[in-house]
Amino acid sequence: MLGRLSFADIPVDVPILVGTFLGVAVIGITVLGLITYYGKWGYLWKEWFTSVDHKRLAVMYVVVGLLALARGFADAIMMRTQLALAYAGNPGYLPPHHYDQIFSAHGTIMIFFMAMVIMTALFNLVVPLQIGARDVAFPFLNNLSFWMTTVAFVLINVSLFIGEFSQCGWLAYPPLSEAQFSPGVGVDYYILAVQISGVGTLLTGVNFFVTIVKMRAPGMTWMKLPVFCWTALCACVLIMVAFPVLTVAVALLGLDRFLGMHFFTNDGGGNQMLYLDLIWAWGHPEVYILIIPAFGVFSEVVPTFSEKPLFGYATMVYATCAIMVLSFLVWVHHFFTMGAGADVNAFFGIMTMIISIPTGVKLFNWMFTMYKGRVEFHATMYWAIGFMITFSIGGMTGVMMAIPAADFVLHNSLFLIAHFHNVIIGGVYFGYVCGMNFWAPKALGFKFNEAWGKRAFWCWFIGFYFAFVPLYVLGFDGMTRRMNHYDNPNWYPWLLVAEVGAVMIFFGIVCQVTQIYVSIRDRNLPGNVDVTGDPWNARSLEWSTSSPPPPYNFAIIPHIHELDAFMHDKENGIDTRHAGGPYAPIHMPKNTAAGFFIGAFSFTLGFGLIWYIWWLAAISLVGVIATVIARSANHDVDYYIPAEEVARIENEHSRKLMAQAAE
Amino acid sequence: MAHDTTTADAHAEHEHHELPTVFGFWVYLMTDCIIFGSLFAVFAVLHNQFDGGPTGKELFEISGLALETALLLISSITYGFGMIAAHKGEVKSVMMWLAVTFFLGLGFVFLEVKEFAHMIAEGAGPDRSAFLSAFFTLVSTHGLHVSCGLIWIVTLIVQLAGTTAIPERMMNKLTMLSLFWHFLDIVWICVFTYVYLASMI
Amino acid sequence: MSTDHSAHSESGHGGAGAYAIGFVLAVILTAASFMIVMGHSLSPSGTLMAISVLAAIQVVVHLIFFLHMNTTAEAKWNNNVFLFTLMFVAIFIVGTLFIMDNTAAHMMSR
Repeated sequence: MLGRLSFADIPVDVPILVGTFLGVAVIGITVLGLITYYGKWGYLWKEWFTSVDHKRLAVMYVVVGLLALARGFADAIMMRTQLALAYAGNPGYLPPHHYDQIFSAHGTIMIFFMAMVIMTALFNLVVPLQIGARDVAFPFLNNLSFWMTTVAFVLINVSLFIGEFSQCGWLAYPPLSEAQFSPGVGVDYYILAVQISGVGTLLTGVNFFVTIVKMRAPGMTWMKLPVFCWTALCACVLIMVAFPVLTVAVALLGLDRFLGMHFFTNDGGGNQMLYLDLIWAWGHPEVYILIIPAFGVFSEVVPTFSEKPLFGYATMVYATCAIMVLSFLVWVHHFFTMGAGADVNAFFGIMTMIISIPTGVKLFNWMFTMYKGRVEFHATMYWAIGFMITFSIGGMTGVMMAIPAADFVLHNSLFLIAHFHNVIIGGVYFGYVCGMNFWAPKALGFKFNEAWGKRAFWCWFIGFYFAFVPLYVLGFDGMTRRMNHYDNPNWYPWLLVAEVGAVMIFFGIVCQVTQIYVSIRDRNLPGNVDVTGDPWNARSLEWSTSSPPPPYNFAIIPHIHELDAFMHDKENGIDTRHAGGPYAPIHMPKNTAAGFFIGAFSFTLGFGLIWYIWWLAAISLVGVIATVIARSANHDVDYYIPAEEVARIENEHSRKLMAQAAE
Repeated sequence: MAHDTTTADAHAEHEHHELPTVFGFWVYLMTDCIIFGSLFAVFAVLHNQFDGGPTGKELFEISGLALETALLLISSITYGFGMIAAHKGEVKSVMMWLAVTFFLGLGFVFLEVKEFAHMIAEGAGPDRSAFLSAFFTLVSTHGLHVSCGLIWIVTLIVQLAGTTAIPERMMNKLTMLSLFWHFLDIVWICVFTYVYLASMI
Repeated sequence: MSTDHSAHSESGHGGAGAYAIGFVLAVILTAASFMIVMGHSLSPSGTLMAISVLAAIQVVVHLIFFLHMNTTAEAKWNNNVFLFTLMFVAIFIVGTLFIMDNTAAHMMSR
């Protein structure tokens, strides 16, 4: 009846997990209780969970992303604490079985559920507004993507309390991840979570690609497209190309485990190296999927707070596209030591080094944008400048490892760990936090608190160097990644410094949470509320709408004549909004629960497969198919907002604008 | 049209932002193409890893392959006739051609399942060797797509039943299924060439 | 709406004639492939080359006559996406074979 699930799979004997469970249960019950007490379930369901509005989905994505950040960071600080303790005979507090699950979960969650999710949040919030569209091309699929990602995140967290998680690292290399060596459910949790979230990500990629290609406002030719949309476009292309390869790689691993096939096994003619080839053909584009939108964020923030147009718009576009194409041609640099010959390694090493050229172009563009600009040291600029410094260092260590001969020394050492955290924290994370601070007023209608934002930045920035520079040193000193304990006295002091850094980053996260709390508390103070919709005197179309924008975004679709359309209009006294109309009824998609139900069925499908509860899996699969068919038969999918309603909303905003101008 | 109650102005707005449904599906198909591309790459790497087990030359029968190919090719043109009828707005004729296509597709899936069952009974199942794992996965991924196409055809026949005209949304669905069905044909060309025929040389 | 579609069905979507031409070509090309393999008249590498060429031609035939790919301005982005996908699949398959063959040779794993 319950497959291989039994009471023995509940880890009641691990105090850390029991404590975590109690904590999650208390917080969960409190939140659910409060929602029930204030009677907000109907509101949440009707206005948020079933919403197809990209701006609301963006907010929900941020919530999921921040929860994933909390989970992923808890894993990180547990690992650092273990290594600060587990020296010279002291086994530390995490036995290998538990420790291995933690480093696997840390990587998986941070990439798939923190970084990818916050990136998708920024796409959702910004892309349709920047191109002057009323929504994305496929609003229902957008909602479905959100639920697929979210249930996958829930599934991965269920592994904490029911069974175990993978102990094979964030990419689950075979043969360790094969059934022969990992017979438990851990790798199956990994496989199902990655596959379900992969569906969501792929749909997001298709959706935003089609949106940018087909739904730009009239007059917005390609070279008038804001840089963030260019980067979103390139990231979507990479998603569409790379994620199917991930699906195949992980599906084949699953077939090995579930049906006894021999793709990557030791026997039967299988080939583990093929898995490396497949997974990195996804994995390398994946890191560019994450970093390219961060480049886009800086390309919006730096000009705005330097009060200058972006330096070298065209080179920025070409550099982005060059990085996109080159990122297909470098995947071997993740496994130079696999045994391929000098010809293969030399080709991929050289291609890797070439990528640093367009990336360098971008860095110079941002610096020249600031040069002779009136730079305002806003909190977002702190993150931008911190990025430029940190990311350059990470890029240089990356070029070092692109040299195959050097990589034979550095491969799988802590030098590698330091390198990719250097580019992912210093590049991706700084970029996304910068973006969240920059666009928060657009999504929520009030500005984020600056003082706490700057405190968060300093904790993260200094904490990062304390946490990861020691890892560079340790890598040179021969310490490999994924170690549970060690006896080398030279390593001990460096790992203590790294622990200090991790604690500083912890305070950075505390500052961010405080920032969000303080900003919500003070949202109605005159300096914080965003009346005009354009709090930074910014350049692109999203700032021409009210904050938060009305459901239809633009009452009248703007016509674009220039790059930085909104700045052009402001400087030439053109009213981008066409206030006063004439307004026409606006065609909008209706909210739908289909995405939620497909997500819920996917969750039970995944859970059933993991635990061999075949009846549950079968029912869930039928449920998914039935929901899709029912949705396709539903003709009641859209409605019109009447012109009078549009006029009422627009006049209300105009009145606020005039009141603000009069002050 | 679904929104005949609306004003002409709103309709113009709507036309301007007509949702690019078919283009979106085309883009999705391209991602599917990459899935098949990856599976072909896997097959190419593993096609000699017999592990002492049977080879393709010993297992594959050209007559069954020819019959499967014929069914799929004929189903392509019958779907094409269905599309021509759809453009003329002849609902009955569309349903008839869809039904014909459905049975041809069903025949293909039946033959494939029979072939698989026969191989597994002979001890040449997907767990025998890496070559057979790659073979079964690649061919059955195609077969699974055809089966999804069959469910889709039935869904559309049911949705068409009792209607007299083909609105835009239904036309989009028929066009997308058309792309899907013909795309599977193209994959099959690569399958019979590189998986079956190349093994029989 | 339905009249709209029939109006441009001859150009954009292909009529019965186009489908018939495509079908006949597909049958000829498929039969040729099968006969070359069954006839054993060419060398193994020659056979592989021949059926590869026939398959490539047949794919193009299907793309034009069944999937109605064309070079009109309307279809520009369909073609762009298609060509880009083709490029990536080519990079991936060629790259994978390059890497895996080279590795197998150096590791003597074959």
